Amino acid sequence: MSTKKAKAAQPTPQFRLAGAPLDPERLRSELLDARAGGFVAFEGRVRRRNDGREVRSLEYEAYAELAEKEGARILAEARARHPIVAAAAVHRVGHLQVGDIAVWVGVTAEHRDAAFAACRYIIDELKARVPIWKKEHYAKGVPVWVSNRVSARRSPRAPGRKS
Amino acid sequence: MKQVRVQYFAVLREQAKRGEERVETNAGTPAGLYQELARRHGFTLPAAHLKVAIDDEFGAWHAPLPDNARVAFIPPLAGG
Repeated sequence: MSTKKAKAAQPTPQFRLAGAPLDPERLRSELLDARAGGFVAFEGRVRRRNDGREVRSLEYEAYAELAEKEGARILAEARARHPIVAAAAVHRVGHLQVGDIAVWVGVTAEHRDAAFAACRYIIDELKARVPIWKKEHYAKGVPVWVSNRVSARRSPRAPGRKS
Repeated sequence: MKQVRVQYFAVLREQAKRGEERVETNAGTPAGLYQELARRHGFTLPAAHLKVAIDDEFGAWHAPLPDNARVAFIPPLAGG
């Protein structure tokens, strides 16, 4: 199949887990397409403070089989809800340091409205639904398995979970 | 007795001191299975805070537990 023909087909939205540091430039270049007038990316990064405590590092653990299925479903939903060209999302597993990218979401669309909206939808749904867990290591004290707060923006139909 | 393969993640994995195990059980549902395993391993998370997966798909706590199922208990999520 020639490259031209492959590009003409609708790319299947991709979600995957990655054990190594993410390369956002490469992820973006893999997604870019001549049909895309807009590209939006979100990078979730490890920040220094959480709930007033200084984070030194953290670990992500995933239930890989189910995470990949649920991530693929979320990307398919984003495509069904918004007129996008392509979307991809990658989530780290393993040990991360402050400043590392934990999750990358990229969306291309002909116009910016769909790209922004789909990107927001994808990251919100990933946080709410994908079986991934985070253990924070602090400057002081024992490590803690943390959980996500339920976002007020999520649709009422979706099950929420208290942190 | 049913045979199931149970996977543990995050805090449950630490409390069980293993990532998975094969279990013989008479539990009729995933909820019943969790009660047994919580007693055995001293899990501190109540079932109300967990989700359950059967054969790598989100499942229902009170549906029948199939023989030879792969079961996973899912602590509160923290992805993204």
